[in-house]
Amino acid sequence: MHTAEPIEKVEGPSKVTEIRRFRVFRYKRGDAESHYDEFDVPVGPRASVLDALRWIEVHRDPTLAIRHSCFHASCGTCGLRVNGREGLGCVTFVRDLGTTITVEPEANIPILADLVLDMREFYARFPEQHPVMRASEFLPRAVPPDGMDGYERFEDCIECGLCLSACPIAATTDEYVGPAALAAAQRLVEEPRGADTVDILRWADQPDAVWRCHAAFECTEACPAGVYPAERIMDMRGVLVEGGPRRRAPVRTAAHEGARP
Amino acid sequence: MNRDGRDLRAERGPVLRKGVGVSPSGWFDPRGRTIGGWAFAVNRITGLGLVFYLYLHLAVLSLLLGGADAWNDFLRIATTTVFLLLDVLLVFGLLYHGLNGVRVALIGTGLVPGRERALFWAGTVIGTIALIAAGLHILGDA
Repeated sequence: MHTAEPIEKVEGPSKVTEIRRFRVFRYKRGDAESHYDEFDVPVGPRASVLDALRWIEVHRDPTLAIRHSCFHASCGTCGLRVNGREGLGCVTFVRDLGTTITVEPEANIPILADLVLDMREFYARFPEQHPVMRASEFLPRAVPPDGMDGYERFEDCIECGLCLSACPIAATTDEYVGPAALAAAQRLVEEPRGADTVDILRWADQPDAVWRCHAAFECTEACPAGVYPAERIMDMRGVLVEGGPRRRAPVRTAAHEGARP
Repeated sequence: MNRDGRDLRAERGPVLRKGVGVSPSGWFDPRGRTIGGWAFAVNRITGLGLVFYLYLHLAVLSLLLGGADAWNDFLRIATTTVFLLLDVLLVFGLLYHGLNGVRVALIGTGLVPGRERALFWAGTVIGTIALIAAGLHILGDA
């Protein structure tokens, strides 16, 4: 167990007000099995779980593997399970958690090391027809910098994998393509932008695709980007039940209601 | 998952599952679940319970092969309060699984989108009333 230095020696932008104990999942390639390490971490009132993990990495164990980028819930790289619940480490605040905080990697996605996942299988679930990026409709007249043909934007999905981790069905079979891929497919059906909707519906109309979902809606609860994967899966089922695409009311989006906190 | 994804499995690291142990127990993790997750988990548990009951029922009926005495001996056990409470538990399983099945069918076919929680609570009210009525009927003479 790793204990904290005296509080007054800790440097950082946030005022330290207390010590929290973190149980952190550990695994390195070649290990016979995983285990948990415990760290006492000084935290301030605004500290996030990602802040705490970085403190551990800097002050206690530089071998701790974590993945992050933007620190404001845009990149989706710091997806974790905190006390068993899916969330982005950068916007999961320590003050909302208990005195002992268990941090694990997302479930149902292979682990590379510690809290870092091998996301290749996650991306392999997406339909090949799915465009990861598309031309931005928000900046039609903007002049891009030299070397860029134009601006592109991602769909709302930040591909964090939290929905797949939260899904109870994904825990039972790796063949299920999962909520993120199905939500992406539904977006194509809802707004084809030239895509072949018959082809994408054929992809979705499979036992391990849209029909494998058991409507637990945990993916929608876990999604930090307001994609509402479960609603999109149900919508696509409705399209399939009715025999093909037709004009339906669009599934609510983050743009309609504001992104989930 | 496409072929590339399946090929990746040969070289991948461990996959953390929810709950205790690995698949298929990974579908149940009580930590941090929401109503939908609990509804799914209880639906699966009651489903497994009903399958168990089906075979138990067939086994009990096979007592008839032993003649009237064997059946009457069983009935003396089947009318005890403890056994009748198990009957109430069975009714709970039937009601929950059936009503939740209707709920999932309505939202799962896209016919009633966005009303999963309202349907859950409506089913809970209907099921509770039916369970109380059934309980009174079953235990009334106990």
